Amino acid sequence: MVTSRRDFLKQAGWTVLGGGLMASFVELPASKAHASSGDRTHLYAYVVDTHKCIGCGKCGEACRAENKVPDEFYRTWIERYTIYADGHVDVDSPHGGEKGATPIKKAHIDRSFFVPKLCNHCKEPNCVQVCPVGATYVSRQGVVLVDEKHCVGCGYCIQACPYGARFINPKTHVADKCTWCYHRVLKGLKPACVTVCPVGARQFGKVNDPNDPVGKLIKEARLQVLKPEMGNQPMVFYNGLDKEVR
Amino acid sequence: MLHEIVTQGFLFPNEIEVLWSLMIVLYPYITGLVAGAFIVSSLYHVFGKEELKPVAKFSLVAAFAFLMFACTPLLFHLGHPERAFNIMFTPHFYSAMSGFGYIYSFYLIVVLLEIWFVFRPDIIARAKSSTGIMKALYWVLALGSMDDSEEALHIDHKITLVLAAIGIPSACTLHGYVGFLFGSLKSNPWWSTPLMPVIFLMSAIVSGIAILIVSYYIVMVIKKQPVDNKCLKSMYDFLWGFFIIDLTLELLNELASIYAQTQSYSIIAQLTEHRLQFSYEILQLGICSAIPLVVLGFVSLKTMSDTLRNRLGLICSALILIQVLAMRWNVVVGGQLFSKSLRGLTSYMPTFLGREGILVAVILFTMPFVVMYVFNLILPLFENKGDEAQG
Repeated sequence: MVTSRRDFLKQAGWTVLGGGLMASFVELPASKAHASSGDRTHLYAYVVDTHKCIGCGKCGEACRAENKVPDEFYRTWIERYTIYADGHVDVDSPHGGEKGATPIKKAHIDRSFFVPKLCNHCKEPNCVQVCPVGATYVSRQGVVLVDEKHCVGCGYCIQACPYGARFINPKTHVADKCTWCYHRVLKGLKPACVTVCPVGARQFGKVNDPNDPVGKLIKEARLQVLKPEMGNQPMVFYNGLDKEVR
Repeated sequence: MLHEIVTQGFLFPNEIEVLWSLMIVLYPYITGLVAGAFIVSSLYHVFGKEELKPVAKFSLVAAFAFLMFACTPLLFHLGHPERAFNIMFTPHFYSAMSGFGYIYSFYLIVVLLEIWFVFRPDIIARAKSSTGIMKALYWVLALGSMDDSEEALHIDHKITLVLAAIGIPSACTLHGYVGFLFGSLKSNPWWSTPLMPVIFLMSAIVSGIAILIVSYYIVMVIKKQPVDNKCLKSMYDFLWGFFIIDLTLELLNELASIYAQTQSYSIIAQLTEHRLQFSYEILQLGICSAIPLVVLGFVSLKTMSDTLRNRLGLICSALILIQVLAMRWNVVVGGQLFSKSLRGLTSYMPTFLGREGILVAVILFTMPFVVMYVFNLILPLFENKGDEAQG
């Protein structure tokens, strides 16, 4: 009888070991399905010129219409910064700035400006790193996307994004975010927000194309990114980023 | 009634609503109880702390019962719980979270095996003494192996020792991992500290010991049996010791944050002052820490009557259970109450009803005790005093 139990344990041990090995092979589909860091190029970049933005909110409206973004959630938004003479900093973004800016408090103001925000489509994205099932991934063109048929809706990516760019879509119950209008980009079009911007504050183009205004800007202009200390290497660049902007 | 969100300052527009709810507070709390209860059982099985024998089986089954329900809060939280197994079928190993399914499963197997070996003599004895369906049940539970010879039991004991020894690092990994989930997120200054996994682990151990003390006491009162004072005294000692380490780490974390005064300090100070004043300053670092720290010191070091010692020990254990729950709340919810713009605060209050409400949390927390009750109907969690006398 002792032997039978020993045999039983042996078999159980092999089963557990075998199961573990099999499970480790099952890992492949998630990483194979999406481009790994080795075979992707960061083809596109996005440039925001804060000097040009007038805070009209047309970009936000266009994004909502184009991508059917649910109410009270935002794939893009516009922040208004007001720095008063006494050093006080006021930041607001009512309705994500989609309805335009509201009147400002009457006081001595040193400077005031608008900063459009969106997913930074980072080269080293936190959100992709932390997704436990590989549902968030970087496309071959370098666009950070969510496979909504695979996402479990745990929200870890939302916690990991330093920019507040993600949310759980209340209709699909999965992570949602700006895709740079990937469906348009694949057809050679620009993202909706870029297309509707009346002042050219939002630009989108190819990084390594010297004939592309965006490629030229990235090469020649002195641009900044948001929260560089996070090490994510954002692909959304800003011209005229104030020290108060985070 | 829905709680009205109160914001202050500027938040990114997607940050207004807190995402990780009461369920995510409950998840590390229950997981922590598993680790703590298992450590107690190992103190007897591996480290030979004979005085803990009265709770050795109970603590092992408690670890199992809590483990059974450790995942359930997550299922109530997930946007797509039906896809939960994606975490094991298509794991993304760069994610700290992807290890959960494997760590959890491995630990569950270790605990189940250990329970089987520890309870095997009881299963065989009951299989022999019962009739009908119950006999069949015990035979199935014995997996058909009815050998209870001295030699077989000796082998069982050796295997138990090995399993318990494997179980200790597994328990530490399981809970250290939960802390790592938070500690590794560089985007959140309230979470991002290498101390987080250690703090989670230590608080897990103290909460596990505390829940065993409280449960053991209550069960003995219900069963109208005298408590084993030597066993309780030993648990108070361990509770005090681990709590000193736990609290030291928590205070160290707080001190480091105050001393470093990094960019995020201003919003963190506002968070603790305005949003977490009660749960953090008063509960976690205040009364629920100071009282157990001092009183358990007296309980451990001073000579006093058993009744007084048990009363004080029980109160301290209950306070520590609240302290650890408050700590989980402060970490999980607190980390979402301030904006990553470091310019504003939001608020959160769980609803009573609903998928992630208080009622569901209470039911989920009660379920492990139901499991322990049912287990006790089939196999004895406690040595019967009468049996011992006969033995």
